[in-house]
Amino acid sequence: MDALDLARWQFAITTVYHFIFVPLTIGLAPLVAGMQTAWVVTKKERWLRLTKFFGKLLLINFALGVVTGIWQEFQFGMAWSEYSRFVGDVFGAPLAMETLAAFFVESVFIGLWIFGWDRVSKKVHLASIWLFAIATNLSAFFILAANSWMQHPVGAIYNPETGRAEMVDIGAVLTNNTLLAAFPHTISAAFLTAGTFVCGIAAWWMVRLARSKKPEHLETARTVYRPAVRLGVWVMIVSGIGVIWSGDLQGKLMYEQQPGKMSSAEALCEGTEAAEFSILAVGPLYAGCEDVDHLISIPGITSFLGTGHFSGPESYLPGVYDVQEQYTERYGDTTASGEAVTYTPPLAITYWSFRLMIGFAAFSVALALAALWLTRKGRVSDNVWLSRLGILAIPMPFAASSFGWIFTEVGRQPWVVAPNPTGIDQVRLLTERGVSTAVPPGVILTSMIVLTLIYAVLAVVWYRLMHRYTIEGAPGSVRDESPEARDDDPDDADRPLSFAY
Amino acid sequence: MDLTILWFVIIAVMWTGYLVLEGFDFGVGMLLSILPRGSKEQKETERRVLVNTIGPLWDGNEVWLITAGAATFAAFPEWYATMFSGFYLPLLIILVGLVARGVAFEYRGKIADARWVRRCDLAIQAGSWIPAVMWGVAFGNLVRGLLLDSGHQYVGGFWALLNPFALLGGLTTLVLFLLHGSVFLALKTDGDVRLRAQRLASGLAVAALLVAGGWAVWAQLAYSVPWTWAAVAVAALALVGVVAATRVRREGVAFTLSAVAIVSAVVLIFGSMYPDVIPAVDGGESLTVAEAASTPYTLTVMSWVAVVLTPLVIAYQAWTYWVFRRRLSTKDIPAPAGLSWQKIKDAAF
Ligand code: HDD
Ligand code: HEM
Ligand code: HEM
Repeated sequence: MDALDLARWQFAITTVYHFIFVPLTIGLAPLVAGMQTAWVVTKKERWLRLTKFFGKLLLINFALGVVTGIWQEFQFGMAWSEYSRFVGDVFGAPLAMETLAAFFVESVFIGLWIFGWDRVSKKVHLASIWLFAIATNLSAFFILAANSWMQHPVGAIYNPETGRAEMVDIGAVLTNNTLLAAFPHTISAAFLTAGTFVCGIAAWWMVRLARSKKPEHLETARTVYRPAVRLGVWVMIVSGIGVIWSGDLQGKLMYEQQPGKMSSAEALCEGTEAAEFSILAVGPLYAGCEDVDHLISIPGITSFLGTGHFSGPESYLPGVYDVQEQYTERYGDTTASGEAVTYTPPLAITYWSFRLMIGFAAFSVALALAALWLTRKGRVSDNVWLSRLGILAIPMPFAASSFGWIFTEVGRQPWVVAPNPTGIDQVRLLTERGVSTAVPPGVILTSMIVLTLIYAVLAVVWYRLMHRYTIEGAPGSVRDESPEARDDDPDDADRPLSFAY
Repeated sequence: MDLTILWFVIIAVMWTGYLVLEGFDFGVGMLLSILPRGSKEQKETERRVLVNTIGPLWDGNEVWLITAGAATFAAFPEWYATMFSGFYLPLLIILVGLVARGVAFEYRGKIADARWVRRCDLAIQAGSWIPAVMWGVAFGNLVRGLLLDSGHQYVGGFWALLNPFALLGGLTTLVLFLLHGSVFLALKTDGDVRLRAQRLASGLAVAALLVAGGWAVWAQLAYSVPWTWAAVAVAALALVGVVAATRVRREGVAFTLSAVAIVSAVVLIFGSMYPDVIPAVDGGESLTVAEAASTPYTLTVMSWVAVVLTPLVIAYQAWTYWVFRRRLSTKDIPAPAGLSWQKIKDAAF
């Protein structure tokens, strides 16, 4: 393998890995903040117990998001230096804003939250988890601004003298329509992930306690876990609607901005009206769209996703061939090194990742409906199938998010910065031109092996800790450690810390 | 002022923030097995004292590094590209260290098991010693200059980075951070740990004076400009001051002075690089501040962002330092809150 292939594999592995932890942090942080708010407002201990329980899981998860993120930031320069030279003037800005506006807030206030239960007043402590939660979402906004610019470059011109893209309008970069669709989509996917997580775990606990038949356990199931199940359900419902709405928005933009991504996602050779949404295709997808049989399809859906029309001339979607022809005309048929360019992303990956992204959401839907029904009108369920479904559903939105990214990023190929068909289309870069030229393949291979091994170990540790803290359950009873609650405590100064590593 | 110069200064400020703040938590990490004494249990409690002095702070400190990286990307793309691809392996080693220690800080107390804790401690120490040396090696090379081709690509290979000057640079950051960490511990702990940290600090200050002084004079004579002698002098005075202040137990003063020594080192480094961001050796073409910079428009936008947000960041970060100002001693450390790996079976289920 050459440096390019290695750098691509390394980017894909490390980024998908980073994004395992990211959606849970983004979605769960506001939910934990909500639970703590419920405690501060209602003074009901159950919300404090839930805050502590899910807060611990959040922190275990957050740690891995942080340490894997540093590499993300560095690898642009390390493995993709030519890309960095080309985009830095534009792309660096949102990245730097992210660190200054979001990462500092995140890291400082999470420290305050972890260690501050008995140090700062209840209000300040509550504010710190909210600041943390808002900052995680803000960080998503800025990084997605950077990514959306690669999907759809706006607010920049190409400078032939310096050979790079140069920013002319930061406002355009931060209000890129691609961003305005990708941000709600990614955030609602994150909330769907967290909602499923909370609902799944709480449902498992509720059922477990309810089945033990001990009155005090039934009481805990009713007062502690049932509210968490319901919270998870409503988060899933709202975010599920958000995912579909914003996904539809993205489909329309994708049709305008990256037609090749759409046609290869559908394995559509020739342009057509009233394009069907293929659910199952067989045949050698890896070899192209030619010998593919679409076994099951729903009429008109793909056209609707792209154009808003089910049929008629307005529902026309270009096929892989049309895109290849059109792009060859505009951007030539050979690269600088003289090789032929295919303007079609890998068909099999785009086709299947798109379907898996959508398909995996089915588990969350099933869990939401089952839990909503079984806990209706104050009921506590002891149905083992609910708890099994809860556990089964938890990993699914993680997987869906990964496939969403794989679709978005692989579907953009062969471009790393895709040309904007309605903008200045010299602002474009082929992926193969972005890789570092000064770094030998052996070096990239080394880092890829080292990181993969470390990440594998960390994945095991992460899983074991999450699992262990989940089966421990919410603490039985929790003391209010805030300074307000212990005003009358005489030997205050000699008290040990309420929390220490 | 020319925006490119302003941004060169801002990048230097970011690195200063990083090295001053993470410098002491590297130091604390390195001292994790060196400082604690006594029986097994006492040692463990003292180790927890050390870890908890930086527990709420280390992540915020590390973000200064991420900001320095991202700000370089935005303001000097060519610099970012050449430096990061050129330093590929050293940066990989640093990052592996940072990953290991970050996870270990957060997960150490999660499981109450001696083997687990020992492994985390190993990760914290490796993750502190290695970057503490490597940052000095990296900056030493920036001061000395790199072998660049006409396209501003680094072509010298990995082993050329391990030249004597850069290695002495590595030793310099190592002792400076060890010193900074022990002064920090003297300031933030109480009891025996505090006494031992004080004693260690006054010894380390002398070592730092010799090593860092040697490196700085070498840098001055071989690679720098006259005005940075001022920084060398300030650093030397500051280190002498650390010796004096630890003797008379003025820990706040000592900490400020060891921070001043690190700031002076950054001034020396960036002062000797200017007007290049990467000086070239062997007749290569240096990458200058002007060549590496983004467009005036981007720099203007970023200036507004930095001017508004940086003071705010400093303000709330300083405030959390204030919140956690209390000295820690072994009697402040509560019983371990971690779980065992195996859950004890609950009879009710
Ligand atoms: C949509 C969300 C999203 C996406 C696409 C990415 N990240 Fe991320 N990142 C986060 C959302 C996030 C987060 C939720 O804000 C994290 C997870 C845990 C945390 O600390 O913040 C984070 C952490 C995190 C950190 C550590 C911050 C700290 O120390 O506090 C860095 C340096 C990055 N990320 C950088 C990147 C880069 C360069 C990416 C592009 C390839 C990237 N992330 C993709
Ligand atoms: C966290 C979610 C993300 C995931 C899971 C993800 C995944 C991927 C994958 C699988 C590829 C490989 C495509 C291929 O080579 O065929 C890729 C490429 C790339 N992505 Fe992303 N990506 C994510 C976010 C981002 C963001 C936010 C950025 C920029 C800010 C980005 C920048 C890039 C670049 C520069 C490449 C080109 C390198 C390559 O082709 O491998 N990605 N990404
Ligand atoms: C009806 C359901 C859905 C539709 C129509 C849909 C549509 C889309 C489209 C068109 C894209 C690609 C955008 C582009 O490349 O320009 C995308 C990306 C993505 N999807 Fe979905 N999606 C759906 C469900 C989901 C679900 C259930 C999840 C996860 C829980 C998810 C997570 C993602 C993620 C993380 C990305 C990549 C980031 C982005 O481009 O926003 N999607 N989706």
